[in-house]
Amino acid sequence: MIRIKAPKNGRIKRELEKRAPKLVETGKKTLILHGTKTSSVLNSVLTEIHHLKKDNSIKYSRRNDKIRPFESGGETSLEFFSLKTDCSLFVFASHTKKRPNNLVLGRFYDHHIYDLVEVGIENFRSMGSFSYDKKLAPQLGSKPFFAFIGEAFESVDELKHLKEVLLDLFRGEVITNLNLAGLDRVYVCTALSPNRIFFSHFALRLKKSGTKVPRMELVEVGPSMDMVVRRHRQPDDSLRKEAMKMAPDSTKKKEKNVVKDDILGKLGKIYIPDQKVGSVPLANKSKGVKRERREAKVAKGDGDKATTPKKQKKEDSE
Amino acid sequence: MEEAQYEIDLGTLMAFDQHHQFASPPTSREEIVKETIEQATKLVQAVADALFNLPSTEDPDGPLVKLPPPTAKLPREKPLPKPRPPTQWEVFAQQKGIQKRKKEKMAYDEQTGTWKRLHGYDRVNDDNDIPIIEAKATDEPGTDPFAERRKEKKSRVDKQEGNRLKNLKNAQKMGALPSHIQLAATALPITGTQSQPKRVSKDVLQKVAGMAATATASGGKFDKKLPGEKPLKHEKKYRKYLPAVEGSGMGAIEKQQTENVLNRLMSKNSHQILNVEKAVNMSNVKKEKHQRRQGGQSSSSGKFKANKKSFKKTSNKGHSSSSKGKSK
Repeated sequence: MIRIKAPKNGRIKRELEKRAPKLVETGKKTLILHGTKTSSVLNSVLTEIHHLKKDNSIKYSRRNDKIRPFESGGETSLEFFSLKTDCSLFVFASHTKKRPNNLVLGRFYDHHIYDLVEVGIENFRSMGSFSYDKKLAPQLGSKPFFAFIGEAFESVDELKHLKEVLLDLFRGEVITNLNLAGLDRVYVCTALSPNRIFFSHFALRLKKSGTKVPRMELVEVGPSMDMVVRRHRQPDDSLRKEAMKMAPDSTKKKEKNVVKDDILGKLGKIYIPDQKVGSVPLANKSKGVKRERREAKVAKGDGDKATTPKKQKKEDSE
Repeated sequence: MEEAQYEIDLGTLMAFDQHHQFASPPTSREEIVKETIEQATKLVQAVADALFNLPSTEDPDGPLVKLPPPTAKLPREKPLPKPRPPTQWEVFAQQKGIQKRKKEKMAYDEQTGTWKRLHGYDRVNDDNDIPIIEAKATDEPGTDPFAERRKEKKSRVDKQEGNRLKNLKNAQKMGALPSHIQLAATALPITGTQSQPKRVSKDVLQKVAGMAATATASGGKFDKKLPGEKPLKHEKKYRKYLPAVEGSGMGAIEKQQTENVLNRLMSKNSHQILNVEKAVNMSNVKKEKHQRRQGGQSSSSGKFKANKKSFKKTSNKGHSSSSKGKSK
């Protein structure tokens, strides 16, 4: 006997539908957690990443001993958390003697590990250490600019991977309409060597310039750190192929009122609304308007005498 | 340093400068930061140039711009949803060319002569509101037409539930179950485990049926057979009759039979028949006596052998493991 289990509450149904796979995906959530041991640097890194992504990140405060992302058995806990919190990105911090200040950035596909990048954090400067005019501070949830500098991002495999993961992490939702007044942050990554990048975060100041395009000024806010790429794991080719499948483009808008004729080619229909010729306001007050005013005055009650001589005059002129 | 060759992705507001090289070696941290700021400013300016030149619409908050889709392709987080297979009714409707019609909110109720809603409280054609059902010629006296109506409705509802379950199972097979629905097994199989009962094949079933049939006292001869059931392989009971006259060369089959039976019986119950410990003790004692006698007297009587087989039934005082092995 099979029973249908359906939620009795509308709220629960909506929550389940939010977690269901969609044709076009909205923003990804991030899971921030740490392993057996963290250093103070890593702690502040995690809190700052959580700040930067306040709306769509979940930070776990307990330590997780069983998580080892690069080992085959050590990822079951991570996958379980991803399922529970519906997160598809994670940031895992751990501090060991062999790998000090270690940060693992990873992604999930269908709640199983898709790819991983392990970086070491050096020369970290927290958000609080930068002094700037507080009015310039970027808003939460604003769409950021990205700037990648250095050819190593294209030539070196690991940096290419790291670039992709950083884009995924900080991009936010894909939107079509952007308000140009709300642009206030840039993430800048500079490749200092084939395995080291300098990651920093700036606030944008739009200054008046002569043209439509404002002049950009960068003010350093936000954390800055050096990331040294240690290990990375690319996804299998088949898994990558499946994950990169895009929704079929069936939502193309139908062209209305256009007909493709064989002889005449492309024909279009234009619909014009009714033109009310009588009530169209005229540009200059011409004679006709004046006549109406005269007649209105007469109709008010000047008597018949006023009308007749005028009428005679008209007849004369005609 | 080619400045104009930045890779710009407007959809993600990204600019990528491939060709920049630092004045090597980078001298100090501040130098790096300064140069980064300079380069980044240039990159962001390039993106902003492209961005602000897009056609914009005015909004009270600021100019709105329609962004193109991003060029940097990033992987999905969940697999693509599969399209739902059409339900039984949808297939039928498509076949017959039935179009969907929008239902009216209210319907005219014949009984009360008012407009009532279609579903819910105080609805049209409610079963409970019928005061009188006229008897037809085909009705038997004594049947309750109201109960009949209720039964019919219940059967309709159950049938619909069954159809809905079938449609959902079909959708699950295609991998397109709606996200808020789960199908769960309620009744456990008789074995009491969580596993689903295995599908048994036809020959296994036939074998089992045959075994069950022959387990009866008459060997399954008088069992009612289902249509299509094959006749039993061995109809009679398993019985072998001995020949009335013993032929030459056979030699006392009956004696052999009885001997077999007796041996089997004894070997099964040998632990009750023979107490090995006591027998071993007795033989040891006898040996000692024999040795003593031999040491004292010269003559040894080999006549007196210990009687191994004693058919006395002794009580079981913890059978030794060896006897147990024998009895099997």
